[in-house]
Amino acid sequence: MIALRHVTKRFGDRVALDDISLTVEPGRTHVLLGSSGSGKSTILRIVLGLVRPDAGEVSIDTDGASGPPTRHIGYVVQEGALYPHLTAARNVMLPARAAGWSAERQSARLEALAALVELYPELLARYPHELSGGQQQRVSLMRALMLDPPILLLDEPLGALDPIIRASLQTELVRIFGELRKTVVLVTHDVREAFVFGSVITLLNHGRIVQQGTLADLAQRPADPFVSEFLRAQAPPPAMTRDLRP
Amino acid sequence: MLAVLLVAGATRAERPSLRVGSKSFTESYILAEIVAQIIDEAGEARAERRLGLGGTGLAWGALAGGAIDIYPEYTGTIAQAILKDPALTSVGAMRAALGAQGVVVSEPLGFDNTYALAVRRDEASRLGLRVISDLARHPGLRAAFDAGFLERADGWPGLQRHYGLRFADVRVMEHALTYPALADGRVDVIDVFSTDGQLARLDLVLLADDRRFFPDYTAVLLARRDLAERFPQTWAALQRRLGGRINNAAMAQLNALADLERRSFAEAAATFLGRRSGETPQRRGGELARLTLEHLQLVAVSLTAAVLLGLPLGILAARRRRLAQAELMGVGVIQTIPALALLSFMIPLFGIGQVPALVALSLYALLPIVRTTHAGISSLDPRLIEMTTVLGLRGWRRLAWIELPLASVTIMAGIKTSAVLTVGTATLAAFVGGGGYGTLIVTGLALNDVRTILAGAIPAAVMALVIHAAFEALDRLVVPRALRAAASAAR
Repeated sequence: MIALRHVTKRFGDRVALDDISLTVEPGRTHVLLGSSGSGKSTILRIVLGLVRPDAGEVSIDTDGASGPPTRHIGYVVQEGALYPHLTAARNVMLPARAAGWSAERQSARLEALAALVELYPELLARYPHELSGGQQQRVSLMRALMLDPPILLLDEPLGALDPIIRASLQTELVRIFGELRKTVVLVTHDVREAFVFGSVITLLNHGRIVQQGTLADLAQRPADPFVSEFLRAQAPPPAMTRDLRP
Repeated sequence: MLAVLLVAGATRAERPSLRVGSKSFTESYILAEIVAQIIDEAGEARAERRLGLGGTGLAWGALAGGAIDIYPEYTGTIAQAILKDPALTSVGAMRAALGAQGVVVSEPLGFDNTYALAVRRDEASRLGLRVISDLARHPGLRAAFDAGFLERADGWPGLQRHYGLRFADVRVMEHALTYPALADGRVDVIDVFSTDGQLARLDLVLLADDRRFFPDYTAVLLARRDLAERFPQTWAALQRRLGGRINNAAMAQLNALADLERRSFAEAAATFLGRRSGETPQRRGGELARLTLEHLQLVAVSLTAAVLLGLPLGILAARRRRLAQAELMGVGVIQTIPALALLSFMIPLFGIGQVPALVALSLYALLPIVRTTHAGISSLDPRLIEMTTVLGLRGWRRLAWIELPLASVTIMAGIKTSAVLTVGTATLAAFVGGGGYGTLIVTGLALNDVRTILAGAIPAAVMALVIHAAFEALDRLVVPRALRAAASAAR
């Protein structure tokens, strides 16, 4: 379980997070939805310990996990942040190497993860620039899962991909999250993506939580005119929905 | 015969060495050669040549610091540059002042290398010119002076006042060109150094300084006192064979041998000592190989030291933003010190020879390495660096696995720049007796002999190219394959 209580963060004069309280239930996929600058990425960075909140508390309870917090949290960012000088395999094994795993254990885990994310094993010998954007994100996900952390944080993981690849990877990620039963927090600006992934959605605007609930809650019982406005802005044009109707 | 050679070889190896220094101009080289040959002949010690030191500061520093045992100097220089007391004029007074510093002064060698005015012999007899005062009666003459002489207080301005001279025309001219101008009759009076080799070749008259305006630049030998004490016969031989034995004309002849007839300093010295120069020491071939080795050594050792020091400094600067400013400024300041000045600072600390040269060269090589290491590491994509924290890579792992490989292209560029710069700067090592190609360049400059200068400069340029190519090859080993591909794609 991840819990934020009254968390506030400023960068200079700008308030990035304003009194955020949020609970992420274990084994669920929780989506943080909002436009850029809404503070959703900052929440992930605070959970990771990369950013220190100015006020409030963060608690992460991963029953049984030990070691530095990063050992039990996997992190995937837009465009992957793979190291260009290392092959895909070396990138994936990096956290295990640092944790002192044996070579056998590392390659066994590597193989299992490649099967999980459906990446051809021969692609693992390639360097990041020799992989497509979708393949890079699969590798990045493998790296985040290498130490089998109970928590997975994803910051716009599909943001840089073209729509068709994006849609197919969404379906696949939903399958993977279902198999792994991990606590997942996914950040996106895309309403459709939020709907695909999230049983629980938290909508943020200017560093504040506007509403929390299922997509149906947000659509049917908007807490605020902003909620309807945000959802409407990303809805397909009416003419298009009519044409697509059978 | 063979036995004699063997015995000579054996005793030679056993004899203690005496280090003979010189400054980097022809006359100093020749005098030092003469001294070296007399030392070898006297049989008590073996002469070791540390010739071509780049100036009074370096030569005197080397003697005072015990890095050389003896070198030729001039009384005017002793008074003004070493003792800094222009009022001192007598050799006796200098002997007392230097004695306090453990340095002995020989009998004057017999010549005085000072400014003088020269005229053509026919002109001198036609106008009855013998002394400088005589010129005051001929205001119609035309003069050509070297720029230094024209400006210095102890040059033309002072001389003009002292003697009340006036000329129809006074023009500034490069020193080397004044001789032909005088010989051709384009001018009537020029300034010269009283032992210039040219004086021995052209039919010129030096006008006596009858009202004693020019300071004395009488040549003497300066030696460490223990030389005279430990090697009494050698010191006696030097005094006996040189004291009062070289007059201005003789010195000018010797200078002419080297400057105008392109004879080696050793040959000129042998001529003075009345010997046919037996073995012209094995020229070019063997010498070039030795100098190449010396030069390569200078570059390799100083560059290695600079990398070993510069990488950690660069990394430190990338870690501590506050420190970085101070550090980069400090390293930058070293770079602004003129190379010769930096070399001369090293002499009191490290004497002369390879060591001070290596220290100075290492310091010079530092800036590009520190700068590129700092820039390379601190300009890495912050998202990639942040990810190291998330993945649990800390300390040396983050450095060795991620930061250094990613910055390697930039860092290698800095090391390459340093290497090529060092090949060039290392030619200055010769001024502190550090050897290398600079030895030829310094000698060539003294002789104004372009061929000798090029004999040092061309191999240095070739070495710079070779080293650059070698580092390009080294890139393949050091820079990760994928980054090389990316770098060449970006090109």
